[in-house]
Amino acid sequence: MRNSNRWSLCLALAAVAVSPAAAAEATHLPPAANRTIDFESDVEPILHQRCYTCHGPSMQTNGLRLDQRDMALKGGYGGPAILPGDSSRSPLILRLASDIEGFQMPPVEPRLSPEQISTLRAWIDQGSLWPEAVSPTQAQPSAPANAHWSFQPVRRPQPPPVKDAAWIRNPIDRFVLAKLESENVAPSPEASRTTLLRRVSLDLTGLPPTPGETQAFLADDSPGAYERLVDQLLASEHYGEKWARHWLDLARYADSDGYEKDLARPYAWRWRHWVVEALNADMPFDEFTKLQLAADLVENPTPDQLVATGFHRNTLRNREGGTKREQTRFEETLDRANTVASVWLGLTLECAQCHDHKYDPISQKDFYAMYAFFDNVRDLSIDAPLPGELDPYLTRRSEYLAKRQSLLEEHQVPDLQPEWERQMKIAGANPGRRTDWDLCFDVLFQMTDGGWEVLNKEPSERTFREREMLTNYFIDWYYTVVSAERIEELGFKDLKQKLKTLKASYPQLSEARVIGERHRPSKTYLRLRGQWDRQGIEVRPRPPAFLRWTEAADRPTRLNLAEWIVSEDNPLSARVAVNRMWQEFFGRGLVRTSEDFGTRGESPSHSRLLDWLASDFATREWRVKRMHKLIVMSATYRQSSRGRPAIAERDPGNAWLARQNRLRLSAEGLRDAALRVSGLLDTSVGGASVFPPQPPGVADLTYGWDTDRWKDSAGPNRYRRGLYTFFQRTAPYPQMMNFDAPDSNRTVSRRRRSNTPLQALNLLNDEVFVEAAGALAARAIRDSPADWRQRLDRLFRLALARHPTDSEVRTLEEAYRSQLRILERSPSEARQLARAEFGGDGLAEAAAWTGLARVLLNTDEFITRE
Amino acid sequence: MTLAQFQSLQARREFLRNAAYGIGTLALGDLLARDGLTAANLPDVNPLAPKQPHFAPKAKHVIFMFMEGGPSQYELFDPKPDLEQYHGSALPESMTKDLQLAFIKPSAQVMASKFRFRRHGQCGMELSELMPHLGNVADDICLVRSMRTDAFNHHPGQLLLFTGHTQFGRPTMGAWTVYGLGSESQNLPGFVVLTSGRGTSGGSSNFASGFLPSHFQGTVFRNSGDPILYLSNPPGVNDALQQETLRAVRALNEARFEATGDLEIASRISSYELAYRMQVSAPELLDFSQEPAHVLEGYGVDSEDAEKKQYATNCLLARRMVERGVRFVLMMDASWDDHSELNKNLPKRCQKVDQANAYLIQDLKQRGLLDETLVIWGGEFGRTPMVEMRRPDEAENAGRDHHPNAYSMWMAGGGLRGGHVVGETDELCLNITENPIHVHDLQATMLHLLGFDHEKLTYRHMGRDFRLTDVHGQVKPALLA
Repeated sequence: MRNSNRWSLCLALAAVAVSPAAAAEATHLPPAANRTIDFESDVEPILHQRCYTCHGPSMQTNGLRLDQRDMALKGGYGGPAILPGDSSRSPLILRLASDIEGFQMPPVEPRLSPEQISTLRAWIDQGSLWPEAVSPTQAQPSAPANAHWSFQPVRRPQPPPVKDAAWIRNPIDRFVLAKLESENVAPSPEASRTTLLRRVSLDLTGLPPTPGETQAFLADDSPGAYERLVDQLLASEHYGEKWARHWLDLARYADSDGYEKDLARPYAWRWRHWVVEALNADMPFDEFTKLQLAADLVENPTPDQLVATGFHRNTLRNREGGTKREQTRFEETLDRANTVASVWLGLTLECAQCHDHKYDPISQKDFYAMYAFFDNVRDLSIDAPLPGELDPYLTRRSEYLAKRQSLLEEHQVPDLQPEWERQMKIAGANPGRRTDWDLCFDVLFQMTDGGWEVLNKEPSERTFREREMLTNYFIDWYYTVVSAERIEELGFKDLKQKLKTLKASYPQLSEARVIGERHRPSKTYLRLRGQWDRQGIEVRPRPPAFLRWTEAADRPTRLNLAEWIVSEDNPLSARVAVNRMWQEFFGRGLVRTSEDFGTRGESPSHSRLLDWLASDFATREWRVKRMHKLIVMSATYRQSSRGRPAIAERDPGNAWLARQNRLRLSAEGLRDAALRVSGLLDTSVGGASVFPPQPPGVADLTYGWDTDRWKDSAGPNRYRRGLYTFFQRTAPYPQMMNFDAPDSNRTVSRRRRSNTPLQALNLLNDEVFVEAAGALAARAIRDSPADWRQRLDRLFRLALARHPTDSEVRTLEEAYRSQLRILERSPSEARQLARAEFGGDGLAEAAAWTGLARVLLNTDEFITRE
Repeated sequence: MTLAQFQSLQARREFLRNAAYGIGTLALGDLLARDGLTAANLPDVNPLAPKQPHFAPKAKHVIFMFMEGGPSQYELFDPKPDLEQYHGSALPESMTKDLQLAFIKPSAQVMASKFRFRRHGQCGMELSELMPHLGNVADDICLVRSMRTDAFNHHPGQLLLFTGHTQFGRPTMGAWTVYGLGSESQNLPGFVVLTSGRGTSGGSSNFASGFLPSHFQGTVFRNSGDPILYLSNPPGVNDALQQETLRAVRALNEARFEATGDLEIASRISSYELAYRMQVSAPELLDFSQEPAHVLEGYGVDSEDAEKKQYATNCLLARRMVERGVRFVLMMDASWDDHSELNKNLPKRCQKVDQANAYLIQDLKQRGLLDETLVIWGGEFGRTPMVEMRRPDEAENAGRDHHPNAYSMWMAGGGLRGGHVVGETDELCLNITENPIHVHDLQATMLHLLGFDHEKLTYRHMGRDFRLTDVHGQVKPALLA
């Protein structure tokens, strides 16, 4: 280079991560003291005064403990801090002498004096002599990290005695009433039967009761009527749909990758399907846990069991150009560890990703020990046919393959692909030589899962799925290495479309995204400062150190973790799980921060009840439906939700449970309720995601790798439950976002319930809800053809499962008359508002009924579960 | 709340029942607020009510003109004549070893810029020939040549710029701003998003509210169809019918409120009122018929080029929104990600935005709004001095790769120092040599101008107090007037 001194100038202010080597270059060290150093009188006082607070008996920040000889010489997460005989390279000295913020120690003023550093240097240079007899402090921490309430074993408390024994329906009520009695507060009266019916139907199935169900329940005044209703709802196949949604929130489920490219995941739904079925079958929670965490490691798993591991495939995938696969893998693994800890343990580990925190029992080492369970995971796709798919597929498979092959031949793919593969390998081995081939090669890592491995396999060793993937990639990306004219000539754009059409016209098998374990597991290392490329000490998989765990000789696996999660050694999972159930039935958990059972979370409002529920759940086979039934059968659950001004100030959040809570329906719940009461809802269960109508242009806001994806579904798929709506991470369905559905980028344990003008606009003007209003009105008209008053009654029964009050009748009579007047003057508008089946004289009337239905669908009562 | 307060609420409900529906009716939330009832145990009756920051603010509004993809600093803002000397040669490994490159290899050749720079204004700011109009307002803008960031991919880079963190889940700066300051507009959302060009890598994550309540997320004003989703009455519903519907909904909700005493219902009544006011106000906002011709021409709203017209329209809308009290306007224009055909595409894009950018500054200034409005223009990172050649045989295919270590942005108004260049980079703009401004520093400085100590504007989530600047960020006095 002609002018090399110029270049060096440029480097002067380059931002570099601080490594010991860099710090050594940059730091001026005071010289080592020129005298013999005695540890006890010269060194220990300095360490004692300035280091032990964070690196002593009660805390070992970043794994470093300086008050015990062996541990001090062993070092921390980053390796040794003291290199005997070599003070100028010892991180301890470099940090003490450094003035780089974030690197220097101690982190708070005052700095150590040059004399003190000289003393320490001399001690190290003289061999770091530390007499074994000198042990400045007690070896055991003074306050054990596991003192926190949720880390204690679950007990089984006796339900306490109460004065008003007549109110008690099951043991839950004793715990709640004892608390109320201690506050001198009586529980609320039981809610009306219609309220109870709508409440328990919405809570168990996510759907409001049909008029038939309402009538049957209200007509049955025998003692067991409510229990029979509950049993019937628990047996409904819609139960699994309702409760799957909560699990999907926790699992950050979506139908696309996220990040810039945000590619569709056409078979993500297969795991969702598994969840719905598992919940409907009342799969015990311990099995539900084991299969999702580690079905691939149980003995002889069935394909359906393997599907359960799709839980871990909901993690985001960044496919942007230039992303390093090792880095994205690191981030995906972090996400998996965080998610599992949050979902099953109620712990937020991620704060410890970069370093230890004072006063937090979760250390950075704990974090990477959990991370280690997932460090050898590999992503796989399997065939996971639903019943009835296999036969038609096998029958026509050879015909399909032959047609595919002839299409490929027609466009010269078999002639061109081998040479392309050869050039790709050359490009991979010689980066920077041909920039067009570099691109084609690099993108293979981002846009395919495992494409590089497939490229390196002999064609004869590739599976059909692998061959298909590589050929599709070739067709998609060949344009980067040949001219536009050549691509035109080959007709690759047409070919792509033809292949797609061909595939769609033949029966296919459902696939599933699952995980397996790498054949050659690698060791796991703590990452300093949370950076993927900065290895610290090696860690073995284990749950956080403050929880009981029996070490085994072999490297512990995900299956060991799953077994531990549902074992008695783990005090968290049963508590966390029953608390989330409680949250769904009351709007807040017994621990309000249902995502955080750690030291920063809130304490339980009824700790003994929480333990009683947790132990009941764990000791009775982890039966979820049984727990749900227990809760909804309690007198506590059945209370009225009416506000109680007299105690509102003493208990503003209703933590005492002196009443039920009024809860706005979820985003999906609103859609489902509107479609259900109007009779439009398609009630089929499970299957692929659907595309209900959304305003045009929503998808245009994103980078949109394949923007023409959203084509409104036709037929019954237009009216599926919200659970099945395709979730595009960078452009989610707007109604979902307006009503607080999670963005699905991270695990969510507790949804918000906001109240905004955009929600009002959504309910008033969105075609989905207007169409529902039209259908609801038509239903009321059909059911009660003659009498206005009866028809209004019908409308109320359909929408709200109750009769209108006199004052409501007056309000709506007035509203009806005004709307009718307007619509009689505007026949074209009446035509748009009424369903097609109405016309002639009845047109304006039908439109006005749509207007009334629209009023009811917008009331607070309709969108609220009382 | 005490029983007495509860009863007084009931009395107010009576008052409301007797009041006519429509614009001008005092919302229940206002009534509550007047009596100091927005205490912690009340639901968010009006979470967007104006709030006082920590200290007297310089700026009350922000217009963030986000040029997605990373505009090239070499061609626009940071002249590097020395590049010519090295044009066509590779850099030594010692210089490239710390670069984070997306597509090119470290051995790629240096590429000089084809565009000339000229001095503008009294301050003599050097700007490229591609931005002639911006030169006219050089004395009003603060050009930062020493921006830097940590992320070299678009989505993480956009997340870092807008949320202070490269991973998902944090609130964006617009959400933080309305969380801190509320909104001055009674009829429009406090945080509005305008778009031009194609979609962005970040999509909705650039204006999400993260773990803040969803009131604070950006509301997209769309370019076609409803300006706000679901804003227009549905087919078959005229204004009279909509009002009748709302009247009946309100009557039923009031009865329900009486029966349950649940303040959520009061809040819902107020949300429906604001929704209706938005329905009425938005068309007025979008109606340019009262704007004089010279203003429309000044922005370029009259342009025949559809893309230029869209961008100009967004600039004018941003000004009209600020006038109407909108707190934070995020304009997103995509894409400036010139991996290839840089010399063909960049001039086109500058032609699209330059006139409106400059006129927006002039227009705000002339209306006395520039002093209280912070305008920021730039992308999530810059571009490399080395060339990217996706088609090595076609010279005009040349572009530049992503470069996070050093890049440029300009800003103006709201307490910033106009006619001023901040920071310097080395002769290749590989690294910053003076006054580095990390995106966290930009965030800290923006919040400072809005009246906040960025370390104290926090929100507790999962047991921790989070802030826009994560655990970083410094207010940079060099930017301040």
